[in-house]
Amino acid sequence: MLGFSGFFSRKRRYDDISVSIQEHIDERVDELMEEGMPREQAEQAARREFGNVTLIKQHSREAWQWLTLESLWADLKHVFRRLGRSPGFAITVVLTLAIGIGANTAVFSVLNSVLLRPLPYPDSQQLVSLHLNAPGAPGLAEFRSELRLSASMYLTFARHNRVFQSVGVWGPGTASITGIAKPEQVDTAQISGGVLETLNVPALQGQWLTAADQDSHSLGRVMLSYGYWQRRFGGDPGVVGRTIIVNSQSRVIAGVMPRGFKIVNYDFDLLVPEGFDPTNERLAGFAYRGIARMRPGVALSQANADMARMLNVWMNSWTNGPGSDPKWYLRWEISPALQPLKETVVGSVTTVLWAVMATIGVVMLIACTNVANLMLVRADGRQQELAIRSALGAGRWRIARELLAESLALGLLGGAAGVAVAFAGLRLLRGIGPGQLPRLSEISVDAWSIAFTLALSVLCGLFLGAIPALRYLPSRQRHNVLGATRSASTSRERQRGRDLLVVAQVSMALVLLIGAVLMIRTFMAMRDVDPGFSDGRSLQVMRIDIPETLVRGSMTALQMQNSIIEKLAAIPGVSSVGFAASVPMSGNEPSWDEILVEGKTFEGDNPPMRLYNYVSPGYFHTAGTRFVAGRDFTWTEIYGVRPIGIVSEGLARELWGSPQAAIGKRFHEFQDQPWFEVVGVVQDVRENGVDQVSPATVYWPPLMTDGSAPDKLGAWRDLYFAIRSDRAGTQSFTNEMQQAVWSVNGSLPVANVQTMQDIYSDSMARTSFTLVMLAIAGSMAFALGILGIYGVISYAVSQRTREIGIRMALGAKKSELSWMFVRSALVLTGVGTAVGLGAAAGLMRLMSSLLFGVSSLDPVTFTAVPVALVAAAALASYLPARRAAGVDPVQALRAE
Amino acid sequence: MTTSTEHRDLFPGALEIMILQSLRLKPMHGYALVKHIKQVSDDLLRVEEGSLYPALQRMLKEGWLEAETGVSTKGRPTRIYRLTDAGLRHLECEVSSFERMFAGFTRVLAAANA
Repeated sequence: MLGFSGFFSRKRRYDDISVSIQEHIDERVDELMEEGMPREQAEQAARREFGNVTLIKQHSREAWQWLTLESLWADLKHVFRRLGRSPGFAITVVLTLAIGIGANTAVFSVLNSVLLRPLPYPDSQQLVSLHLNAPGAPGLAEFRSELRLSASMYLTFARHNRVFQSVGVWGPGTASITGIAKPEQVDTAQISGGVLETLNVPALQGQWLTAADQDSHSLGRVMLSYGYWQRRFGGDPGVVGRTIIVNSQSRVIAGVMPRGFKIVNYDFDLLVPEGFDPTNERLAGFAYRGIARMRPGVALSQANADMARMLNVWMNSWTNGPGSDPKWYLRWEISPALQPLKETVVGSVTTVLWAVMATIGVVMLIACTNVANLMLVRADGRQQELAIRSALGAGRWRIARELLAESLALGLLGGAAGVAVAFAGLRLLRGIGPGQLPRLSEISVDAWSIAFTLALSVLCGLFLGAIPALRYLPSRQRHNVLGATRSASTSRERQRGRDLLVVAQVSMALVLLIGAVLMIRTFMAMRDVDPGFSDGRSLQVMRIDIPETLVRGSMTALQMQNSIIEKLAAIPGVSSVGFAASVPMSGNEPSWDEILVEGKTFEGDNPPMRLYNYVSPGYFHTAGTRFVAGRDFTWTEIYGVRPIGIVSEGLARELWGSPQAAIGKRFHEFQDQPWFEVVGVVQDVRENGVDQVSPATVYWPPLMTDGSAPDKLGAWRDLYFAIRSDRAGTQSFTNEMQQAVWSVNGSLPVANVQTMQDIYSDSMARTSFTLVMLAIAGSMAFALGILGIYGVISYAVSQRTREIGIRMALGAKKSELSWMFVRSALVLTGVGTAVGLGAAAGLMRLMSSLLFGVSSLDPVTFTAVPVALVAAAALASYLPARRAAGVDPVQALRAE
Repeated sequence: MTTSTEHRDLFPGALEIMILQSLRLKPMHGYALVKHIKQVSDDLLRVEEGSLYPALQRMLKEGWLEAETGVSTKGRPTRIYRLTDAGLRHLECEVSSFERMFAGFTRVLAAANA
């Protein structure tokens, strides 16, 4: 294309042509006048001799034009003039396309930002997460898809690896910040050395934590996130070097990380160094998530091989204390399964996003089909004009180009409006999108999205234009300039094109509807699952951590927790209070290990892993978790450090056959611990969401003798308090809760204040998001499909009025005539349904990972949806068909 | 294209050659070109304006000609066309190819007469 300067030099050329030609004519006039002709006559003669000045100028200019583009521009002007004359059609088409293209652009932007774009770290393709599998650790898979890393593993990997530039481990945590405003609980990332080096994003202010900060014997500095820096310090650059009180200890701020920086997908407030003792760590303590940056050119398989080698080094270099067998972990069959970091970040949302993208794509196709139908009708109206032009010698390409220009213009207009729709759609999507959608903050419309929109608009335009163009090009030989409206055969042929579109629409709508209904059934199946607690709306949850730096003794900490319970219970409207180390679906997992059961041996002396939780008396009652057998703990037993426990129903059945049989049986974690007696069995709890199995769980008392030092007591300090009250979720109630906590200790921050219903909804977010998207898409598809059927039948009726008149005159019954049209609609729907069922059967299998409690070939759905669709189609065709019956034969025949 | 007085079409490229050859003598403006060709062909050939001006523009674009602001013989502002080096090379190339073609053509005609 010619640029700006090209445009100006062309302007000069055009002037040159005009000047030359003007002079030419003037000179000829002079000559003729010299020959004795009067001026007026001479001017006329000169012009006549010269020929058509405008045409010659035009031809001369063409040497400088990019021919197709410029005449295309002329076509476009023509197109806009014509569209301006039928604004209803233009607006309908542009709006339909705008919604279709806009929705697609929005979803593509999400897909692009989340799945396709690299992570916001330099050379992010080198980043891996250190995933470990432990298939030999039975039971682990029930609550953990991987084995996390221990400190000793990290130290081994950092020292012995041959494939990484850097390696680090981290874990999420919380800390209370005091001394600034109100005590506040913040989200921390506990990071080892190597984490910042691996992610390699420079500090915004100050500097990274250094090796000196990671010393296990001293208190290292901390770093702030951008958000916390802004929120708490107003973005003050002088914050570096200042001191804040973290868990009652003064720590110096080393620096601030830039906006948007996350540890993998964890959005922290505070980076706290996690110092490891390079000589005294143990094998166990699988609590950390590992990340590493591979050296350039290292393949994932090489890194895996190196990790496998290092796992042997790890077992040979560390122990779990004197007398323990370091080779014991061979049973776990620990093997590395490194993952590109992006996979870890994006996780299970991949399927959802592709499903939504495909869905929206299908809606787009249906919308396009509807528009194509409109274009066909419009082209029908122009058929006479086109035939005349073609008879007058307009080339096929000339006519096709004009049809294409019109559809392209519509496509591009739709695309432009679609961008606006996309921005609105993204805002909506951010609102209803799953809260844990990774990289939510990174979602934006970028050059790729715009390119996608453009491509989609052009594609739409070409598709929409190609249909009428292909339709009318072969009709050239017919030249049916005058007889077009009477010819029954051509109208049938044209009808067939629209029929095909309707079949396509019906089948696509059916696929989407089946998808939507399957999601609804999934959602209902999930709602029917007993999560292990009751009425989440009146169950208030909050998190309080009592750091050892604030309260040293375990017994004192427990007493403080007990008084918090009493204060909370005294709030008006509270019926009961309890605490647990973790509440269901919170994503928090206090601990896990195997248990040894009295009088029982396990296969290969390898007992399965069990999920651990630590609960106060009254917690189960508060949460609404039913006792299947036995009883709750009592405070007397807790303070007496009685070795008692509660187990989940599944665990009781597995170990002792029935819940009742479990009561009185004994188990413990370590050989040198006393036996713990089972006093109660509670129903299974869906710890990881209703669509996940309930892990076998052991509930310990919150105060126990420490496994490593029998004379020492240990209390669980980071707790969720559960409060049953009708006032749950209200601001005034939250304030009273905070006051109650402060009345016990003024330095205790309250965090994660939520109702259980919020947590429950969050865990269902993926399903409900998919459901909402599919339901929207499905209903759009349904409406468009039904509209398509209605349109085709009413068009057929209007086209065949004359035929109907003749049939009636010849004695056809009204009901037969109506049935004729309804029948043709039903045939179309039937064919579309058959095609759609086949497609759905294939496509729904891809969606099976999103389904729960319903088969991807669910017979109910696969029967009900087609039946409903056929019924709707019958109704949609009956309305115009009734009009056919109302045709007056005399009128119909006279109209011709 | 160009027509003879008997309305015979000239072969493709003939007009260009005539323009180039004329401008080789001296730079000219459009009207002068028409007159020149008419004169030197003793009125046998007449260049149509409808062909001349588009041809001039095509040749300008090819770089065979240059246009400059000037005045006509009557003193009116116009554009004077001048042959470029590239135009000269093109002309020589074309002329020799035409000469070969004419030679062949003449021989065929001669043989047919014999």
